[in-house]
Amino acid sequence: MEQGIFTVIENAPIAPGTYRMVLACDTPPVTAPGQFVNIRLPGLFLRRPISVCDAEGDRLTLLYKTVGRGTEQMAAMEPGQTLEMLTGLGNGFTLADGGKTPLLVGGGVGAAPLYLLAKKLVAGGARPHVALGFNRADEVFYTERFAALGADVTVATADGSVGVKGLVTDAMAELSYSYVYACGPEAMLRAVWERTEGDGQFSFEARMGCGFGACMGCTRETVNGPRRVCRDGPVFRKEEILWRT
Amino acid sequence: MADLSVDLCGIRLDNPVIPASGTFGYGYEFADYYDIDCLGTFSFKGTTRQPRFGNPQPRIAECTGGMLNAVGLQNPGVDRVISEELPRLAKVFHKPVMANVSGFSVEDYAYTCRKLDEQPQVGWLEVNISCPNVHGGGMIFGTDPDAASSVVRAVKAVTAKPVIVKLTPNVTDIVAMARACEAAGADGISLINTLQAMRIDLRTRRPLLANITGGLSGPAVFPVALRMVYQVSRAVRIPVVGMGGVSSAEDVIEMMLAGASAVEVGAANLADPFACRDIIAALPGTMEKYGIQDLRDIIGGAHG
Repeated sequence: MEQGIFTVIENAPIAPGTYRMVLACDTPPVTAPGQFVNIRLPGLFLRRPISVCDAEGDRLTLLYKTVGRGTEQMAAMEPGQTLEMLTGLGNGFTLADGGKTPLLVGGGVGAAPLYLLAKKLVAGGARPHVALGFNRADEVFYTERFAALGADVTVATADGSVGVKGLVTDAMAELSYSYVYACGPEAMLRAVWERTEGDGQFSFEARMGCGFGACMGCTRETVNGPRRVCRDGPVFRKEEILWRT
Repeated sequence: MADLSVDLCGIRLDNPVIPASGTFGYGYEFADYYDIDCLGTFSFKGTTRQPRFGNPQPRIAECTGGMLNAVGLQNPGVDRVISEELPRLAKVFHKPVMANVSGFSVEDYAYTCRKLDEQPQVGWLEVNISCPNVHGGGMIFGTDPDAASSVVRAVKAVTAKPVIVKLTPNVTDIVAMARACEAAGADGISLINTLQAMRIDLRTRRPLLANITGGLSGPAVFPVALRMVYQVSRAVRIPVVGMGGVSSAEDVIEMMLAGASAVEVGAANLADPFACRDIIAALPGTMEKYGIQDLRDIIGGAHG
């Protein structure tokens, strides 16, 4: 974990209610894809954890959905404004297990950390397939960017307005893959988990207090006992995950 | 050179700043962020006789000037605290630590305290009779003077270490609780634990916390805490550890003027992992600003 002041370079919507913020930083904000930053916002007591979409040189990219006061405040920020944040939080995805043709499954803004993951996997010689699920065509984002990395891309929309009609798990059925990486809402993660026959890694969301392992606010039960999503996760291996009944 | 040292129940602290239980884990993880030997001491995560998973999610909510938690005393149980957590801590923290203990019966408290009494790393036992987030225990002992007395007597019978009783503000007469603990043999009082509170999600129209209620902490509670520290420290002879919303060197000094011999910092650690380090670093300059040479001189200074 590092602490830094970041300057907003770009901040604009990429889909209704979903924003892309690019920031300039002094220190590399991640050591692995799947990590997150925890952002201090004026007037709010707790920080806002946001997963890292991309980190390249002195640029950090975050994708976020406006769901409450914190993200709405972020959406109103202009280039040149600064944010204090803690970076390099959590255990990210492990690349070594992915094999030659890993499948990356994202739901909504859960696609964000898969971007840096796909980039690293391609750099390591793999050919990832990215399957992204959205509600409607106008909510779709980043498909061209994933393709530009050299990944194959499949989109599913709940209303069928683009790509496969249905859930992202319906798109999975057609694909063959060496490994699964997933990030999205818990219901999606569970559906992907149930459909995954091989191994995989799953990145979870949680309501956090501190974001760095102190408060036990985001604990979930696992095969290995209670684990903090912020510090022991947010990425967990398939075999250690337990679902709430 | 300003003197930051204070005495807490016969043990010298290099400074009065103590991360509060539940906001600092078992300490060693903060050692990744800064040298935790700069602390006066810290109070480790509330420990119980048996391991506890704690409450369902969500456990955390936010409010203006603070936060609510309903973690519910998640901890690995006293045996694993002793076999796993304390050895890890020993590598990075070289001062006596405050052991925070909770329980669901008088026997629980005595059992856990007896085990921790055998640990040379432990300087003080902070007996939490004030957790608002567990049912059938915790705060029950903190709201009835007779029940509090029975816990204190049972713990005092099994330890030679100083026993500091952590009180809940969720009572009508905090002074009566403190006096009962003092009469039962407590060596110190710490207060306040969190204030019982709740939030409702406007979208779902349901309580935001799975536990329905949680404990409020953060700057919002500071004036309430200060008032209670003032009242209690005037009423008892034993030292008082003040806590509740402390987040700056100024707050530390104000708490000591109210009567605190040392000061715990809780929620501030969660908003900023470097909070305690920065408060300690700011203390000498803040003391100079207010003409304080020795922090011990100002304890209870507002009592008049």
